[in-house]
Amino acid sequence: MSSRKKRESFTTLRRQLPRLRGKLEDIREMFLANLVMLSEIPAPTFEEEQRAHFLRQRFAEVGLVNTSFDDMNNVVGIHPGQGNEEERSNILIVAHLDTHFAPTLDHSVTLTPRHVVGPGVCDNGVGLAVLATLPTLLEQLEWPLQSNLLLLGATRSLGRGNLDGLRFFLKHNRLPCRAGLCIEGVQLGRLSIMSVGMLRGEIIVTVPEAYDWTSFEARGAVALVTDVVRRMMAIPLPRKPKSTIVLGSIEAGTSFNRMATHATLRFEVKSESCDIVRSAAADIEDICIELSSESHAEVELNVIARREPGGIAFSHPLVRRTRSIMKALDIPLTTSPSTSELSMFIESGIPAITLGMTVGEKLNSIREQADITLIPTGLAQLLGVLAAIDRGFCDDD
Amino acid sequence: MMIESWLKSNTYHHSVFWDIMNIVREKERQNLKISLCIPTLNEESTIGKEIVLFKAELMHRYPLLDEIAVIDSGSSDATRDVADSFGADVYLSSEILPHLGTKRGKGENLWKAIYQLRGDIIVYVDADIKNIHPRFVYGLVAPLVYRSEVHYVKAFYDRPLAFAQNIRPSGGGRVTEILIRPLFSLFLPELTAIIQPLSGEYAVRRKVLETLPFPVGYGVETAHLVDVYQKHGLTAFAQTDLDQRVHHNQPTESLGRMAFGIMRTFFKRLENAGIVKELGSMNTIMRQFQTRDAIHEHLLTEIQEEERPPMLDIPEYRERWKH
Repeated sequence: MSSRKKRESFTTLRRQLPRLRGKLEDIREMFLANLVMLSEIPAPTFEEEQRAHFLRQRFAEVGLVNTSFDDMNNVVGIHPGQGNEEERSNILIVAHLDTHFAPTLDHSVTLTPRHVVGPGVCDNGVGLAVLATLPTLLEQLEWPLQSNLLLLGATRSLGRGNLDGLRFFLKHNRLPCRAGLCIEGVQLGRLSIMSVGMLRGEIIVTVPEAYDWTSFEARGAVALVTDVVRRMMAIPLPRKPKSTIVLGSIEAGTSFNRMATHATLRFEVKSESCDIVRSAAADIEDICIELSSESHAEVELNVIARREPGGIAFSHPLVRRTRSIMKALDIPLTTSPSTSELSMFIESGIPAITLGMTVGEKLNSIREQADITLIPTGLAQLLGVLAAIDRGFCDDD
Repeated sequence: MMIESWLKSNTYHHSVFWDIMNIVREKERQNLKISLCIPTLNEESTIGKEIVLFKAELMHRYPLLDEIAVIDSGSSDATRDVADSFGADVYLSSEILPHLGTKRGKGENLWKAIYQLRGDIIVYVDADIKNIHPRFVYGLVAPLVYRSEVHYVKAFYDRPLAFAQNIRPSGGGRVTEILIRPLFSLFLPELTAIIQPLSGEYAVRRKVLETLPFPVGYGVETAHLVDVYQKHGLTAFAQTDLDQRVHHNQPTESLGRMAFGIMRTFFKRLENAGIVKELGSMNTIMRQFQTRDAIHEHLLTEIQEEERPPMLDIPEYRERWKH
């Protein structure tokens, strides 16, 4: 296809999108039912089987082929494209199955005319509902694609899961992927194209049983971990390349009147430069050794995950076309780097982006809330990007 | 006593009906219509989810239901608006057969549903279920679709879950275990086989429903069991285990009032059947006590347990259904 014809064709596609959004209003019940049922199945990282089974059942019901589990309990299904079998390319769409919430928590979801509320509805109930509903949307909206869609519900994504599910899939998958789309529930307008360098770790402070609590300098684990925080905050980081240390959580102690003997600090170092991540990691390791020797307590650094920075350029056709599609749907654009599934695509050399489907609030709480009125816009955006990839508008010129 | 054999042949787990498409095929072969009735009173927080799930899964994905109707007792919250926004048919109970007036209670809505809804089978599902799922409908409908001799299918919930926040699972609930089962054991022992006689979820054939008088208050479920049992025997019943039902727990005082209403209904039926004699007029006042600042307050609640006649006795109904 000539460049001019490509441009004209893409313009036609853009013009179809607002009308497409209107049609999506009619099938929102199906999306919402999938969202509710998926979100109400607890799926903490490493315990995603039940949710994965439900998703596989949905895949089978809507006629996906080769629906299966792999060794990591990832669930995958193929929506066959309409192109010539030998020439069909593959687009991989992934949403993670796991959540931060314990299985004992009440996972009931509430639905109002404007919102869906409940643990994990944004992260990533909405993303999974997209996978479960997409084949029906394509069929009912008569939105044909020449390419195969590989729909993947990925396990072991969050925290200690360290993206092991998607990593395993990409390592063993034999179907070459033309592009990857990571679907996150929120926020609509998010366009992630880069992965930042990242080190995710935890520092465990353990005060020995034989600790001399009567000595003048004796301090419990709470005071020691606070000292770790103070010293980490003093690590110099440059403004450019952008770098930060995120102090995620602290757990310590059991009561009011007893010195804590254990404390755990969880953190991430993020930077656009892997050298800075490495340097900050070395500084944190020094802090642990130093504090350990000063206090006689054990201060241990565990590295849980690392990511290398990378990504596709802002000018890459996939990014340009996606921006243009967002504009056609009046979606305000926010570009932000990612440390999630996108980094696995980058490591595998597959051009990929992360998209948000709607707007959410109270994230990571049991009252997590997603705006359901914006979901048709999110879906129209996704269908637009899929069509753009499928028709070759996003290939390198 | 046929309890053992009935339990074996007429008690199901919803999972045996996993093939919803097969239920739909059988329903279509018999040319049956199935209606879902959700009685409501101030259920804005749960009604939206119920309608979306049932509509998407049991009307669009699998065309098992022919209509989903909310029959509301006059909610002061947004229940009717929410239900309407998700596409249910919403009726105000007082506007159905308005010349017959309005009585207060869930049973009134269930009774008026028989007139308003079109189904050969009507499934009743309460609106306060937090873990609602399509099994709450197909698990109850399937025995009626597959077995013509079954007329009334009751839900039960058999798997305990530990929930905080004043929410607990329904096993056999408190009123069931300390009132209903002892009463059934005394007077109608075969009915003890119904594991959860007070569950608000059941599916019934119209031809049976239209013959039943309806207490409008607490006694409606108990009355149904007694009346259907006396007309058709235990073989007309089936029951389905729907796993768990998560809902807000009721305070003991409310359960006391419920027990009062149920006993009035139950004894009235025993008297009518000649099982007990010369009961005389029963009190309509439930007496309870509460203590405030060391003073014992006497709380009086009038519980009439009024009854609606069988729908077949209503001329408009006979006209509508050409009886």
